[in-house]
Amino acid sequence: MDIELMINSFPKLLIATITTLKLLSLSLFFGLFIGLLFAIMRLSNNIFLNKFSYCYSYVFRGTPLLVQIFIIYFGLGQIEYLRSTIFWIILREPYWCAIIAFSLNTGAYTSEILRSAFQTIKPGFIEAGKSLGIPKKIIFYKIQIPIAIKQSLPAYGNEIILMLKGTSLASTVTLMDLTGVAKYIISTTFSPIEVFIVAGGIYLFMTFIVHNLIKLLEKKFGYQI
Amino acid sequence: MELLAFGDTGWGDELFYATLMTVAVSVTAMFIGFIFALIFTPLKLSKNKFLNLIGNFYTTVIRGVPELLVIYLFFFGGSGAIMYVASIFGYNEYIEINAFITGSFSIGIISGAYSTEVFRGAIQSIDKGQFEASKVLGLKKKIQFFKVIMPQMLRLAVPNLSNVWQITLKDTSLISVTGLVEIMRQSYIAAGSTRDPLFFYSFAAILYLLLTFFSMKLINKLEIKYSRGF
Repeated sequence: MDIELMINSFPKLLIATITTLKLLSLSLFFGLFIGLLFAIMRLSNNIFLNKFSYCYSYVFRGTPLLVQIFIIYFGLGQIEYLRSTIFWIILREPYWCAIIAFSLNTGAYTSEILRSAFQTIKPGFIEAGKSLGIPKKIIFYKIQIPIAIKQSLPAYGNEIILMLKGTSLASTVTLMDLTGVAKYIISTTFSPIEVFIVAGGIYLFMTFIVHNLIKLLEKKFGYQI
Repeated sequence: MELLAFGDTGWGDELFYATLMTVAVSVTAMFIGFIFALIFTPLKLSKNKFLNLIGNFYTTVIRGVPELLVIYLFFFGGSGAIMYVASIFGYNEYIEINAFITGSFSIGIISGAYSTEVFRGAIQSIDKGQFEASKVLGLKKKIQFFKVIMPQMLRLAVPNLSNVWQITLKDTSLISVTGLVEIMRQSYIAAGSTRDPLFFYSFAAILYLLLTFFSMKLINKLEIKYSRGF
């Protein structure tokens, strides 16, 4: 066991963790909006919207994240038309390609989590709101959303942890995130175990924090309904 | 379409074999995962604090660390570890482990952590009376496990195991980084030599979708079989 290498690689890995956290927070942010949009579409009575949302989540949950990143990073650049539009500024950067792929992926999972959360709301709550004459919009924001947040917190916590692990795939499109730097150090020093312990420890620490944060939030939203 | 032709002109046969490779790795990994689950589930359920700690350590670490990192650990560290063990027995030649073995072993360890959690949950949700009743009847421990606990456990575990299967199947795409020619690696090669990444990666996505679709159909049948008798 090479302790010196572990100490030396720690700051490098810590700097790379910032990239990982940036990727994670941005994709969770966009993913939440995508998820909410598709959950609402899935719950609508319009058959077209409903089917579209179903197919979206089926495709993104049924294929590996690696394929999705590769299609966006390597594949989309092949379309000549796209190269001439303004999107090319975003799509030529591996950083944004990774964020787009992660957001779309986590959006699909989030939409399923939110959909089931909305579906488990007892119809009595909405009916009670309606009979009190509360407008539909306010019922949605003040009754449905808070209950849905409470219902979906545990599952969403798991999704955050899955996404944290998913950001490691950014290293396959040349981004130097925590896994990317770890791989670089492993392949230059040939001491996989030491680097794994340090990088894995950082990942575990982040998982631990997310886990406890969600627990705290669960307590906060833990009122009985 | 001619890109997918079988034979020397297209990539059809290569992708077909790559798909078989993906299935082979997934099945092997799932099987290795079951072996790991068989070892670690009793540890997680045991009353001994130390054994418990080992079980929890395994599932927490593997489920909290990215799959890619675990694969790199075995890819770069696997042959070193085996050579070290071999050197103890006096064998000092260079040993290179097959990519298939490294790949299915690392995915198997990951899949095993998820399977362990599934089995633990299933055993814990079996009614306590079942354990007590079988004890009172004087059944031997072995018979108690295989004839009383296991059938009930499988019924609860099969739906969750289908999730583990899906995770395992998708994780196999990651071992393309070790150079094993499965769907992802073959698409990478094909995309590189034809300069048509969009087509080949989309086709890879379709292959994965087909695999998940048909395996889910199969698992649903299993589920019906094991959920009898409720």
